[in-house]
Amino acid sequence: MPKNQKPLAMYLSREEEGIYQGEKGETLRRMMEILVALGDIYGAEKLVPVRSVQIAGVSYKNIGEAGLEWISDLQGRVVVPSILNPAGMDLCRWKEMGISEDFARKQQETIEAYRRLGVTIDCTCTPYQIYDSLASQGDHLAWSESSAVSYANSVIGARTNREGGPSALAAALVGKTALYGYHLDENRLPTSLVEVEAELRGSDYGALGFLVGRIVKDGVPFFRMPGRQPAPDELKALGAAMAASGSVALYYVENVTPVPPVPPGSWQTEEKICIGRKEIDEVYSKYSGSGADVVALGCPHCSGQELEAIARLLAGQKVQKELWVCTARKIAEEHADLVAAIEMSGARVFCDTCMVVSPATESFDKMMVNSGKALVYLPGLGGVAAGLGSLEECIDVALGRR
Amino acid sequence: MEIKCHKVASGRASGPALVTKDAISFLGNVDPETGMVVDPAHELFGQCIAGKVLVFPGGKGSTVGSYVIYQLKKRDLAPVAMINIRSEPIVAVGAIISGIPLVDRVAEKVLRLKSGTLIEVDADRGLVRIFGAD
Repeated sequence: MPKNQKPLAMYLSREEEGIYQGEKGETLRRMMEILVALGDIYGAEKLVPVRSVQIAGVSYKNIGEAGLEWISDLQGRVVVPSILNPAGMDLCRWKEMGISEDFARKQQETIEAYRRLGVTIDCTCTPYQIYDSLASQGDHLAWSESSAVSYANSVIGARTNREGGPSALAAALVGKTALYGYHLDENRLPTSLVEVEAELRGSDYGALGFLVGRIVKDGVPFFRMPGRQPAPDELKALGAAMAASGSVALYYVENVTPVPPVPPGSWQTEEKICIGRKEIDEVYSKYSGSGADVVALGCPHCSGQELEAIARLLAGQKVQKELWVCTARKIAEEHADLVAAIEMSGARVFCDTCMVVSPATESFDKMMVNSGKALVYLPGLGGVAAGLGSLEECIDVALGRR
Repeated sequence: MEIKCHKVASGRASGPALVTKDAISFLGNVDPETGMVVDPAHELFGQCIAGKVLVFPGGKGSTVGSYVIYQLKKRDLAPVAMINIRSEPIVAVGAIISGIPLVDRVAEKVLRLKSGTLIEVDADRGLVRIFGAD
């Protein structure tokens, strides 16, 4: 093995330098090379330890044979708690989703390859809903899924960039990531002020995020919202939509989320955006759910509270259209009574996956959702038209009431 | 002629240059089963990148492109080395996981090299050697 040239600018400790030179084997050498290459590209000063990792590149629909080959060839063990993005199917009930045997086999192989590396097999976009131990305020993380990244940065106050599959896996195996981007205070200052001039609830936050993401792109919006404060599930929906329609990875809500890392009043934004009821309602009317042949909830994955709301709305009734509810397996297991209640209606609760990453959506024409994120991704990634409505409207459509 | 460069992925290899001024999205632009550039809009359309020193400004497109580079390498259809003006994460990660030498931060004049020119990339020493161009 040739001696590795020193990286351009990044400082490496003696131990890190040793890994970079291959003292701990070829897999770790390449993983360290990934971290150093990315650090060089983005001008990082050094590496920083991460508390947890969430790994992208799980749905076989996205990574294909090429990705599966790479993951299967790796030798090593993760050194920090590491979990996965959603997969392309419910790992147990894939047949009910209409998934082919071929796809299922490849998806299972992908999961097994991650398991061999010591990754915990939780496939979810909402790791923060199942484990408190993965992230706290101020922690450095290497998370992948865009809505999880936004939630970690904004609501938890942790620090993470949006990692790709290999860079997340590199962070998991080395236990570190390069210190750049959202790990640094200088990149965590608000860039746009958003005045929300209406009282919002539920899916309104998805519609708001849908609008604001398109305007601010990769900026850092600071929201002022009058009246009632958004609940965690509403913040989850807001961040998810902005990360999809733009690439927002961090936002603030005045008096709700952690604050910018500078004294109050010491930052200024170039841009001011006003969003009122009229703009929110225009999203609903432009992307109406009429003509939908399937309804899907749980983008990002449903929390226990959301499962409870769905179960309450469905109580004692039968669905007339397919209704899918997506959540993390651990959430479904913790709330087995709610899952059973939801399924009594004929609806199905799928775990480990969602409508955005599963090929199962392709057999439908139009999907009604309560998620601004799903609204953005379904037409391109899922090959299906999408309409947006509130949770109540979605349930009404599934029950054949509209 | 020797040109200084910055190592992204380690290793040393030589071969005939294949040069383009277009960025490459490995997912979509290149067929992982044949190594051919299959996007009619790309300057290298119809050419095979296997065994070449691929000289291009940088990558673009889906991050799945990193895995496509790996798949090409496993089928012996990958470039032997790559040279970028500025590497971005997709090609950088693809080269590293595949063990393909990759360097960047070279002068833009390398994009004016003739395809077929023999080039050696010595990433570990941060050097590109161009033969027959002195």
